[in-house]
Amino acid sequence: MPTSTPETFYEVMRRQGITRRSFVKFCSLTATALGLAPGFAGKIAHAMETKPRTPVLWLHGLECTCCSESFIRSAHPLVSDVVLSMISLDYDDLIMASAGHQAEAILEEITHKYKGNYILAVEGNPPLNQEGMSCIIGGRPFVDQLREVAKDCKAIISWGSCASWGCVQAARPNPTQATPIHKVIHDKPIIKVPGCPPIAEVMTGVLTYMLTFERIPELDRQGRPTMFYGQRIHDKCYRRPHFDAGQFVESWDDEAARKGYCLYKVGCKGPTTYNACSTVRWNNGVSFPIQSGHGCIGCSEDGFWDKGSFYQHTTDTHVFGIEANADKVGLGAVGAVGAAIGAHAAYSAIHKARQKRPETADAATDNAGEQA
Amino acid sequence: MSTTTEELLREKRRRDIPVRRRTAVYVYQAPLRIWHWVNALSITILAITGWLIANPLPTMPGEASDHFVMGYIRFFHFAAAYVFAAAFIFRLYWAFAGNSYAKQLFTLPFWRKGFWEELWHEVRWYAFQETEPRKYYGHNPLAHLFMVVIITVGGIVMMVTGFALYAEQTGLGSWQDQLFGWLIPLVGQSQDVRIWHHWGMWVIVVFVMLHVYTAIREDVMSRQSLISTMISGWRMFKDDRP
Repeated sequence: MPTSTPETFYEVMRRQGITRRSFVKFCSLTATALGLAPGFAGKIAHAMETKPRTPVLWLHGLECTCCSESFIRSAHPLVSDVVLSMISLDYDDLIMASAGHQAEAILEEITHKYKGNYILAVEGNPPLNQEGMSCIIGGRPFVDQLREVAKDCKAIISWGSCASWGCVQAARPNPTQATPIHKVIHDKPIIKVPGCPPIAEVMTGVLTYMLTFERIPELDRQGRPTMFYGQRIHDKCYRRPHFDAGQFVESWDDEAARKGYCLYKVGCKGPTTYNACSTVRWNNGVSFPIQSGHGCIGCSEDGFWDKGSFYQHTTDTHVFGIEANADKVGLGAVGAVGAAIGAHAAYSAIHKARQKRPETADAATDNAGEQA
Repeated sequence: MSTTTEELLREKRRRDIPVRRRTAVYVYQAPLRIWHWVNALSITILAITGWLIANPLPTMPGEASDHFVMGYIRFFHFAAAYVFAAAFIFRLYWAFAGNSYAKQLFTLPFWRKGFWEELWHEVRWYAFQETEPRKYYGHNPLAHLFMVVIITVGGIVMMVTGFALYAEQTGLGSWQDQLFGWLIPLVGQSQDVRIWHHWGMWVIVVFVMLHVYTAIREDVMSRQSLISTMISGWRMFKDDRP
């Protein structure tokens, strides 16, 4: 519960039993994670010692909670020790102690007390069909809660692919009309942190940046922080030398797979996916999908459920409900046009030969090879 | 002056050769012809290397540091793409600097009723419904339509999608990204741009097949030269009728 004179981050940390030494370590680590110069560690420390905590309200819409699961496993900074106490996470119905009316009352209180000064973090998205009945929070559609809390917030963080793009519940045909946050709320700055789930360190990194510098990080055209989403998995993949050399896994379990060659031919979406997996990695930097021998499935990209098989990098194109692969149709078209050209050329020769003899010049023409 | 029998004979032989007046027009100026063949070469390289980027060659054994197959294929693709783009910009300039036929690639007189009538005539000629094609100094209307749609519009689509994809490796803030990076969120995501670029390749490949076939066929069957025209610049007409 926030008091009338809010504590600073540092005060909260010390109260949580974190030593000064650990605090300074955290500041340098955060500065490094954000790609800032060494001098920024001091600035972060100063900010955390003086700035009051910014309340964060964490709402859950249509989602699977994988974002929260990822978040609580953050190792740098250790979320249980630092972030949960650092951010004033006043409302998160997943991990908060209170429940029911007591919990909902907090939303009311924070939105009034910290009007225009709290951060709204949204995990999942609202379904708009049937008046939002597919996701009910405290007896009301989630979309209503979202709009109310978003009204007076400073900025919105869209956690995960659900909030950022729509993800699985928005995949075709999207019966509930699950809609990403930026298509529901238009008047607030929205930071997208996509991924299914996003990397824990990316989530805490984005939050730490926003709380210490009191501004949103630099975003790309799609609204993702460039510090984590500025490059593709492919650009920093440790298997990239095999791609450049033309050494690929041709089929699962072949010799190339055992040697750890590039997974491009078996559908790796690394070249089209913007995320930090190949640098930050997962579970305290242990591994990431490609390192464990499976291609990237592109979970942090828009509409990744609708981009065809995870094992095919030339995705199918949906035309009039028919799924067609560009290469299959292309080769088919080349074959058909080639045959048509052959037929047309043959008929042209016959036609020309016939025209030389006046008596057969007017022979009926058929529609063989009728393509122009 | 006396006329020998030999001279009389020579005169007789000369008169026996059937006389047909053939006219010729200088249509394609040298810079335009060079552009055509540079374009043809770069499209060929782009299509082959593009196919190999989407469907890479079989794996080479050995250390990764021993090979650079994909690296070279991609290099040739990007190099040919820059040539194509530079040639396109030159071609745009030549539409103003060159003769009137140089403008055809960028103008389609769809508002002229005669254009559609002539186009239909050309379709009927290909369907063996007309005994004789008409004569054209520049493109015939059907070819004209295809050139504008595939080479001009298609070329622009391929360049914009291509540079947008290229910007992914030159990185955020590069000039390629600033000029073309907006396309990716507009189309959806990187994967979608790839597929559009890939479909574009197939459209151009099919067009090239038709283009080469019709150029040969028309060179044989129509009343004017085609292939030699793109080499010498002169359009020869085989007869003198309108």
